Amino acid sequence: MEWVLLLLALGFFCGRLAESRHFRSLEARESACGGVPVTTLHRPPPDRVVESATLVCGSVVVAVDYFKMFLAGFRLFFGGELRSYSSLLERARREAILRLRESAPDADFFINLRLEASDLGGKARGAPNVEMLAYATALKFRPERPPGETVRGA
Amino acid sequence: MLLANTEELPGYRITACLGLVQGSTIRAKHFGRDLMAGLKNIVGGELRGYTELLQESRQEAVERMTEQASRLGANAIVNVRFGTASITQGAAEILAYGTAVRVEPQ
Repeated sequence: MEWVLLLLALGFFCGRLAESRHFRSLEARESACGGVPVTTLHRPPPDRVVESATLVCGSVVVAVDYFKMFLAGFRLFFGGELRSYSSLLERARREAILRLRESAPDADFFINLRLEASDLGGKARGAPNVEMLAYATALKFRPERPPGETVRGA
Repeated sequence: MLLANTEELPGYRITACLGLVQGSTIRAKHFGRDLMAGLKNIVGGELRGYTELLQESRQEAVERMTEQASRLGANAIVNVRFGTASITQGAAEILAYGTAVRVEPQ
């Protein structure tokens, strides 16, 4: 019994702390990445000339904390939205997309973004470990205007 | 080898389609990493060991796919997709597949 309470308390405090720290870091890094568009378009925008296209990936494996697992246990009994897990997956998704962008710092545009989540089989312990993978094609455009003239937006 | 997950390679014209290529690998997590992951399941957060493991495996799968494509005489692979399947607890299969093509700049 004491063990469970200790694990719950540990999960609650550490999990919370880690989550809010992660959200802060996500926001900071997302704004540092600038406005390079990440899209699910199949084709590059028709008004630009593409110089190069490469496949890029970003991935992260996340684990839930004990407290969330406990909450989810209740939810699985009574039904309803598993809010504690949606925030976890949101963090994973944003992190994966960020890593994808950071892996191609000089890209101008990303097309055909795919997101894929897979369970890594932590189920035996009742704790899902989820891998979130984001992959897309990074494009570099040929500069439109002669150098010296400022290019509007990214 | 040029890779893209789009149906055509932007900036290039496809001249020949050489068929499906794939590469896969099944990796097991090692004991130490698994132990750490068990601890991480108490406090939550990223499992860095697993992230790295899967990245390495994906790299491997892509390399095998690329090898197969170059044996076919391709210089690009389009419409690349990834799949991950957990086989048993502690092992995962990473699969990369795509269509090998020959392209030339437009």
